[in-house]
Amino acid sequence: MSEQEIDLKKRRFLTSATSVVGAIGVGFVSVPFLSSWMPSARAKAAGAPIDVNISKLDNGQLVRVLWRKKPVWIFKRDKKTIENLITLNSILTDPNSNEISQQPKYAKNPYRSINPNVAVIIGICTHLGCSPTYRPEIGASDLGGKSWKGGFYCPCHGSKFDLAGRVYTDVPAPTNLVIPPYHFVADSLIRIGIDPKA
Amino acid sequence: MNSNKNWIDQRFPLTKVWNEHLAEYYTPRNFNFWYFFGSLAMLVLVIQIVTGIFLTMHFKPDAIHAFASVEYIMRDVNWGWLIRYLHSTGASAFFVVIYLHIHRSLLYGSYKTPRELIWILGMVLYIALMAEAFMGYVLPWGQMSYWGAQVIISLFGSVPIFGPEILTFILGDYAVGDPVLNRFFSLHVIALPLILVILVFLHIVALHTVGSNNPDGIEIKKNKNKEGIPKDGVPFHPYYSVKDIVGVVVFLMIFSAVVFFAPAMNGYFLESSNFIEANPLQTPNHIAPLWYLTPFYSVLRAIPPMFGSQFPGVVGMFASLLILIALPWLDRSKVKSIRYRSLPYKIALGIFVISFIVLGYLGMQPVTPINALLARVFTFTYFGFFILMPWFTSIGKTKSLPIRVTE
Repeated sequence: MSEQEIDLKKRRFLTSATSVVGAIGVGFVSVPFLSSWMPSARAKAAGAPIDVNISKLDNGQLVRVLWRKKPVWIFKRDKKTIENLITLNSILTDPNSNEISQQPKYAKNPYRSINPNVAVIIGICTHLGCSPTYRPEIGASDLGGKSWKGGFYCPCHGSKFDLAGRVYTDVPAPTNLVIPPYHFVADSLIRIGIDPKA
Repeated sequence: MNSNKNWIDQRFPLTKVWNEHLAEYYTPRNFNFWYFFGSLAMLVLVIQIVTGIFLTMHFKPDAIHAFASVEYIMRDVNWGWLIRYLHSTGASAFFVVIYLHIHRSLLYGSYKTPRELIWILGMVLYIALMAEAFMGYVLPWGQMSYWGAQVIISLFGSVPIFGPEILTFILGDYAVGDPVLNRFFSLHVIALPLILVILVFLHIVALHTVGSNNPDGIEIKKNKNKEGIPKDGVPFHPYYSVKDIVGVVVFLMIFSAVVFFAPAMNGYFLESSNFIEANPLQTPNHIAPLWYLTPFYSVLRAIPPMFGSQFPGVVGMFASLLILIALPWLDRSKVKSIRYRSLPYKIALGIFVISFIVLGYLGMQPVTPINALLARVFTFTYFGFFILMPWFTSIGKTKSLPIRVTE
């Protein structure tokens, strides 16, 4: 054993080759374990699209439904509310919805919706994930009085959003609220989770 | 690199530990096949801990949800079937490895002076491992889980006078039910694994204090060179770390083959009745513990009730386990290894191994008159090995020991 000269180069090669093969093996083995944390078939099935009937919804009324365990707000806006939206542009961070990750293409418009009358918004504050409260009353004294045209107020850190889910300037939330993919199956039946057919 | 090492060494004995236990831990150079199983047992322990951690993330320790949550793991969780089969096959693999590891000690007398404490720690580990495996088998809450738990827990009810109280204490209810499942879950995922890891640590510290035995059963520390290094010793690292990696690769090939092609092992690793949810109203037609517990189960069944009590059988079963601890003091032979032992010992060990295997086989079979008779015969030979050991290890001619280990 000791009579032979030790070939250090060969030894180093074998050590690193073994280590590399071992590391690749560990890499492959870790895939099933890491993947087991991703949504299971059951979680995915529970995340399927949902249908919401809004035929009984009045102007100003808001319903909250759960889609993928997140609150989704659906509410109707009257003509006055829709007109008010434009007047707020100067005090909003992203009035034209330029941040493309926050809404599907078909909701990149002044109302952030397919039908201006009907808003569909994921009710999760873009700051740290609380669900803002619905404050539709115009001129609410605790929310800036006359300048408040109705919207959403996050109780956690005071972020404000208008009735299209657009974020105000000078609040902690950086971006507008997210609009989920959705489309109208019928005049008053919304399917949340799937884009409209092109 | 070096300065980092110094920084750590001034605060933690990293280099010292590395040298004492690996780079300058001298191991006999004549290790053979039987010496793979210590490191493999540690590998399986790691597999069980890692897969167990991930199973715990999806399992529900609740009599109503447990069975369904296991099916959820098998069907819905990404790769859940693989993680569960790794864990269930790992349990059986653990015992295969441990039985071969223990057999190595019997072959080469590794339990004899000065390694008695390693042996005792190992036997406690073995018993803790059986408890761990049994409790793990209860968790899927199938028919075998339920009725297996029922039978094993009932054993404690046979204790004279206090039996019923002990039974109620373990059950936390009037029968096996949610409290048992919940407390076994806790013991299985935290208490016993913790104990196992601590015992493994102590087992290895004790081993490294006295050094490994070897197939010749002579002490390499008695023959040192000028530097104080055993002449027949090689550093554990890299010599045996590299050799053990070869063992690991071969083991993993066999292990993976079982996981992917025969995870139920025809009912030996996962019993078919356990794919039916626990039903307190109906016992399966044939009920047997998993293969690694069956030798002791056979002893239990072989001993008939006495004085209207099943207790003698229970005592016999636990005695068949605990008597192993006394082995270092029962063996009076001057030599350790089977290579130099007398003929009577070789015959006795052969009979013991056969008894253990036959008892294991009988434990899986239904009781018939002939099986019951065989179980009694082999229970006698099993205990005979220990009781007669002081005698048969002191008779017969042993071969003379070599001074240095043989090739």
